[in-house]
Amino acid sequence: MNEVPQDPKNFKGADKVKKLMYAVDKDGKYTGVNSAGWEAENTATRQVWDDVDEALAATEAQVKAGEISPVAYYMQKSLMDIALLAKYVGKWQWQVKRHMKPGVFSKLSTKMLEKYASVFNITVQELQSFGK
Amino acid sequence: MSTKQFQHFQHAHCESGVTSNLLRHEGIEISEPLAFGIGAGLFFAHMPFIKVSGAPGTSFRSLPGSIFKRVTKSLGIEVHTQRFGSPQKAMVALDEVLDTGKPVGMLSSVYYLPYLPEAFRFHFNAHNLISYGRQDGLYNISDPVLEEVTTISYDDLAKARFAKGTPEPRGFMYYVKNAPADIDFKKAIEKGIKKNCYLMLSPPLPWFGVNAIFHLAKKIKQYPAKLTPRKAQLYLGNIIRMQEEIGTGGAGFRFLYAAFLQEASEILQRDDLKGFAEELTAIGDEWRNFAYSAARLMKERKSDLVSYDELSALLYSCAVKEKDFFKRLDQLKW
Repeated sequence: MNEVPQDPKNFKGADKVKKLMYAVDKDGKYTGVNSAGWEAENTATRQVWDDVDEALAATEAQVKAGEISPVAYYMQKSLMDIALLAKYVGKWQWQVKRHMKPGVFSKLSTKMLEKYASVFNITVQELQSFGK
Repeated sequence: MSTKQFQHFQHAHCESGVTSNLLRHEGIEISEPLAFGIGAGLFFAHMPFIKVSGAPGTSFRSLPGSIFKRVTKSLGIEVHTQRFGSPQKAMVALDEVLDTGKPVGMLSSVYYLPYLPEAFRFHFNAHNLISYGRQDGLYNISDPVLEEVTTISYDDLAKARFAKGTPEPRGFMYYVKNAPADIDFKKAIEKGIKKNCYLMLSPPLPWFGVNAIFHLAKKIKQYPAKLTPRKAQLYLGNIIRMQEEIGTGGAGFRFLYAAFLQEASEILQRDDLKGFAEELTAIGDEWRNFAYSAARLMKERKSDLVSYDELSALLYSCAVKEKDFFKRLDQLKW
């Protein structure tokens, strides 16, 4: 039981949860033990989030340079891909891709903008002003 | 109308945890390991043709929903399950059952559960939880992976139950209608073990059961030649997360299943099962060793051929041992 790793993650609130692990005690009997985390698992968790943050920073720069619309940024921030976002806003994937062109985005209807904003859990104002 | 107070117990895994908590509410003393084993929850799948956030789909457990289904069927428990066409209908139906005092199990997306830490909130749509009541617009939630009960708002719960993607929960909910007074664990344990051996040994395809462990061992050997270092890291990271992070009780459910075999040996008074439990614990340690080595390889941020070969060998050893393990478990006389 003392072999159950207790390595805190110190990462995005993960330490709020102490997961239950199964381990054998000194008599060889299985019991549940709470664990703060494990180094190996923490490495994997961090790596996947590092990837997300890196991609997000790159997209933010692209939005600011006027190469891509805020839809692309908030899609990544919401951990979605085009297929998933298309399902949420009820559009085809090619339509969502088009909405990522700044020129097309600036002409989107209020209704469409509201749809995106609601899926991203932000206001239309936030969506439109991002990167400006 | 039942007025029995709902009792929350923390568990390692969401589905076996919900199953145990729902049945305990009906007075059936079933631990999480027992639910997991009777439900034949252990599995391995590696499907390179399905990409989940950019990495090949890997799973250490059987299909979502199968544990609850098998456990209730094996024990002769009558359940109600239902999907819905709209969030409104799904929430009305939930309210109706809750107001009779019955706890209700549901499928949800972890991304839309604000009470979970951000680190765990991805678009994973097959998370099980229980609501056991509602008041002042909030739902009482028993999430088996948490130490304590919590609450969630109507809007968040509706969103989580109607998340899009694969699979789509479509408001799926389930509850116990009737439980028999006599529960025969013995027959159910035998059935569960047989089923699990079948799942691990029988699929004639390289992507499922022990075959898939061999398959992944082969793939990992090729990572340095076929993938960019970054991709290889992403792939390894995904395997570790599926094995350890996503509520498995350690070693990709191997420890949980070993705990089941140990409990089964007591219920059935069979020492041979105890031996199997010890063996699986040792195999689980090898899986942990694999994850530990994989994480070290990721951290060093360089992919030298030797390390991937070693990693592949560690996994190959797990595959050989699990194949032998389940073959012998399958030959048990009942």
